[in-house]
Amino acid sequence: MNFDLRHNTDILAGLLFILIGGLAVVIARDYPMGVAARMGPGYFPTMLGGILCLFGVYIVARGIRSGEQVKGQWAWKPLALIALSIVLFGFLMDRFGIVPALVAVFFVSALAGHEFRFKETLFLTLVMGAFAVGVFFYGLKLPYPLFGW
Amino acid sequence: MDLLDNLVFGFTVAFSLQNLAYCFVGVLLGTLVGVLPGIGPLVAIAMLFPLTFSLPAVPALIMLAGIYYGAQYGGSTTSILVNLPGETASAVTCLDGYQMARQGRAGPALAIAAIASFFAGCVGTLLIALVGPALGEWALLFGAAEYTALMLMALVASAVMSQGDAVKGLAMVVLGLLIGVVGTDVNSGMARYAFGVPALSDGVGFTVMAVGLFAVAEIVVNLEQRESREVYTSRITGLMPTAKDLKDSSWPMVRGTAVGAFFGVLPGTGPALSSFATYMLEKKLARDPSRFGRGAIEGVAAPEAANNAAAQTAFIPMLTLGVPATATMALMLGAMTMQGIEPGPHVMLAKPELFWGIIASMWIGNLMLVILNLPLVGVWIRLLRVPYRWLFPSIIMFCCIGNYSVNNNEFDVYLCALVGVLGYVLLKLECEPAPLILGYVLGPLLEEYLRRALLISRGDPTVFFTRPISLAFMIATVFILAIMVAPAVRRKREEA
Repeated sequence: MNFDLRHNTDILAGLLFILIGGLAVVIARDYPMGVAARMGPGYFPTMLGGILCLFGVYIVARGIRSGEQVKGQWAWKPLALIALSIVLFGFLMDRFGIVPALVAVFFVSALAGHEFRFKETLFLTLVMGAFAVGVFFYGLKLPYPLFGW
Repeated sequence: MDLLDNLVFGFTVAFSLQNLAYCFVGVLLGTLVGVLPGIGPLVAIAMLFPLTFSLPAVPALIMLAGIYYGAQYGGSTTSILVNLPGETASAVTCLDGYQMARQGRAGPALAIAAIASFFAGCVGTLLIALVGPALGEWALLFGAAEYTALMLMALVASAVMSQGDAVKGLAMVVLGLLIGVVGTDVNSGMARYAFGVPALSDGVGFTVMAVGLFAVAEIVVNLEQRESREVYTSRITGLMPTAKDLKDSSWPMVRGTAVGAFFGVLPGTGPALSSFATYMLEKKLARDPSRFGRGAIEGVAAPEAANNAAAQTAFIPMLTLGVPATATMALMLGAMTMQGIEPGPHVMLAKPELFWGIIASMWIGNLMLVILNLPLVGVWIRLLRVPYRWLFPSIIMFCCIGNYSVNNNEFDVYLCALVGVLGYVLLKLECEPAPLILGYVLGPLLEEYLRRALLISRGDPTVFFTRPISLAFMIATVFILAIMVAPAVRRKREEA
């Protein structure tokens, strides 16, 4: 028996499936269901959400019995930094152009690594940035401003 | 003879200067990316396929196919040289390939891997040309009920046969189907799960899913551990295998090809299981099984042949039925859809230049790989020394630009970050992303066919069991589910 929530893979996975499946069913209540012969837009997602919940319940139940633990550590910091770097790219791209967006991607994502070396990252930004600009802007001629402000 | 005519037609398509060039670029980029540690074919395709957006359909798919088997091939190079499989399919090659390298026989190991892959590639290509049209013609008989049952079978098989837990696999399929539902419903025009975001009414983008699940999540997993790579950099002396090497590996190559070609067509199994199965087979057949794991050349030849044959024959269900057997094929299918081609048996009739051109270019691509890789091994080895802290920011960069360039929309980029987070959490919870992507790609089609089938039968669900072909698929589905319950198979999978 193991109820340690933070580490039990099955319980966590099952709960996640129940959550998503449940949300899907609840939201789909706004869509017309129809009948099997004439399915409305709500029919298929409601069915899927329900099935997902059932799987979730089964997986949670199994997790309570087996208590299998998450292997290794959760890499929250790298996850947050990588996600942030991607979000920053989108944000900066639309407002300030590709060059600032690329600088942000490299510097923020590089922080997610085990060692951060400023000069190396700068060098990487310059080389890969120039390569990307060359391929996508001069090669494929995508219409983005280099500096947008 | 039809086959010959078709192949000649395919080669005339593939031999155009433009298509040759894209095939070459694809193979080169694929190998380049596949050699890099921690990047398998899936990530390579996810990362590079925005490059093909601006191309017409035929060269785009030729290039993508090139990236696919290039990356596959690059994976075996790293398995042999550094004991680091780029992806699961070449994990088995590590066992004996790396041992050969340590005994100073890296050259012959690489050469045999190349020869085995090429041989299997040729057979695989021929098989597609032979089986494809017949299967496609048969599939023209399929109605909505047959398609529904076929997709159901493919999805269940992908969940049960893929690595990891089968029940979680099934749940991931359903989750994928749900994500596929997002967007405007074709029948009613109603936006589902769009939350008032205009970009979501077109659905969750295919690039968003592929990049988020396979590139972003994978990078974070890699960042959990410190870098530790033993690059075995003894000089490679002499690529040529001896006559004995060739003799020893010829039958394993043939058997590996047969096993691989078989598994490649089956949904959910793909290259990984086939290389494992053929390795076990060789070990059983060998006079002295104890040599395996200590640098037996058969242990390189057979799995390499198998995974390449499987990689080729996996195209059969994708191209002829429009039902992908593996996650990689799901990506190819998605790429096809983005090119405006509706996948299915009619592709072969409506766009013969696409079907036969891709097949012919596969053979050319395999040839290019052999010519390209053996002399370039030195370059690939040097690439292996690129530290991961330089690699992952560059991959992220490609992912960002790729996602942005689909719709020139910042929202896609944000969504990709979110999918990446979800993908990482799911990976940590031991939920494989492959069934999810298959569900996601097939979701809209499955719903459409399900609706149509039940509309025709006036809501009577027995329609799936009264039509013979549909019934056969249903029986197969039940059979696959029964395998899941059988403990022996489960144990085997854990060993793998």
